Amino acid sequence: MTAEHLRLEGVTRVYPPMESHAAVHALGPLDLSLNRGEFFSVVGPSGCGKSTLLDVVAGLAKPTAGSINFEGKPVLGQVPDGVGVVFQEDASFPWLTVYDNAAFALRRAGVAAREVAERVEHTLAFTGLMSFAHAYPAQLSGGMRQRLCIARTLVMRPRMLLLDEPFGALDQQTRLLMGDELLKLWRETGATILLITHSLDEAALLSDRIGVMSARPGVFIDLVETGWARDRDSRIASQASFGVVTGRLWAALRDESIKALAMAS
Amino acid sequence: MNRASLIRIALLFGALAVLEWACRYGYVSREAVIPPTTMLQGAWRALALEETRAEILWTLENVAISLILSVVVGSAAGLLLHRGARLRRALDPLLASYYAVPTFVFYPLFIVLFGLNRWPLIAIGFLFAVVAVIINTLDGLARIPRSFTRTAAVMRLTPAQYALHIILPAAAPWLFTGVKFAVAYSFIGVIAGEFVVSGAGMGHAIAFAYNSFDNRMMYGLIVLLFATVGSINMLLWMWERRLYARRAGR
Repeated sequence: MTAEHLRLEGVTRVYPPMESHAAVHALGPLDLSLNRGEFFSVVGPSGCGKSTLLDVVAGLAKPTAGSINFEGKPVLGQVPDGVGVVFQEDASFPWLTVYDNAAFALRRAGVAAREVAERVEHTLAFTGLMSFAHAYPAQLSGGMRQRLCIARTLVMRPRMLLLDEPFGALDQQTRLLMGDELLKLWRETGATILLITHSLDEAALLSDRIGVMSARPGVFIDLVETGWARDRDSRIASQASFGVVTGRLWAALRDESIKALAMAS
Repeated sequence: MNRASLIRIALLFGALAVLEWACRYGYVSREAVIPPTTMLQGAWRALALEETRAEILWTLENVAISLILSVVVGSAAGLLLHRGARLRRALDPLLASYYAVPTFVFYPLFIVLFGLNRWPLIAIGFLFAVVAVIINTLDGLARIPRSFTRTAAVMRLTPAQYALHIILPAAAPWLFTGVKFAVAYSFIGVIAGEFVVSGAGMGHAIAFAYNSFDNRMMYGLIVLLFATVGSINMLLWMWERRLYARRAGR
């Protein structure tokens, strides 16, 4: 778990001026290095550029300056092979069954039918959706639909998983349970995870390290190591050390959140 | 059959029964309206005549050509306008006020352009239908969630895969509404054109029967027209329900 998997150097993103808006410096310059198999979360005030960071890491947006390397290769405005992304919004395709949703990317990539079946069945069993394989997304709860989006990403066997507030629309209890499931799949797949979240508890519960971002333009103002064992679950929320981590996160974030609020108003 | 369907059928047959009774007992003049059973006999008679069958076929062909053209051209134009935001902003007011324009006034122009044949009628049907397809295509494309587009990028789909496997099914309900409107507008455009200015087709046959005081033939043709349009709409409605039922998880 020591090999470098992702490296960001001086990554900056400036949105060009639009008809009625001046240019917006959203992000950076920002440096970051993630190790293979690490669970890293990013927290920060609203509008600090968290999702922009995910977009540039995923190759969905180009940085204005700086460089991103995934597995030693530069990310050049296209999603690199081996990267999976789960968005906050429900991105399940309503016209396909759970099974066909999970198989979608594999089929488009021309994977053989037998392998598609093997991978989809394994992933659906792993995410607890096997008994809903023939259901449509509209027949699932919000949590199950998000699990389906995760399953659709996992089926491609990504080596790095980027999650943009994937549990943002769920209630607190479901979030905790989904967090446990995410930890389980992280352990079993060995993937590197970059999680964007606005929840300090979620970040503290799930991560090996947490990057705290400043108000816009977002840069890291603190990197917090949680020190949790790899084999962990949501029960650590009741430990005193959990409160220490969230306390440190909030101490770093409070002034930035006030700044972000002032900017927004 | 559910309760709503039963009520619908009961209302329809009830209204027909009242009309039959009112016509038979002289409450409604037979010069104006004939009993529904006589209309059905007229429809049967019209179907039995080869020349009427040819008129019906001619109309259906014109409607089909007008529909296909409006769907193909309307979808392509919708796609172009969706991609060109500036062009769309320029054309939006024109699209919004389009149906205020009485397109039939162009019929003489179309005769000059295309000659005295089926094409002026098809042009009228096309002009009636195409904007409904454009508007619904634009609506459907605008409603594709951003997360689908981003998911397509993450899955590294080719532009063709994106269009076929994401854009088309995601926008399908709106595209389908456009096609439904196009069916209705093509029929209206073609039949009305035939009724007023053409020398052939169902619209012309209805007008001819009207001018010849042949009520039985006129109402028979109207019944056939209703049956055709109704059947097509019913098929589209059933297909649409099936499409929505899946998405709604029913």
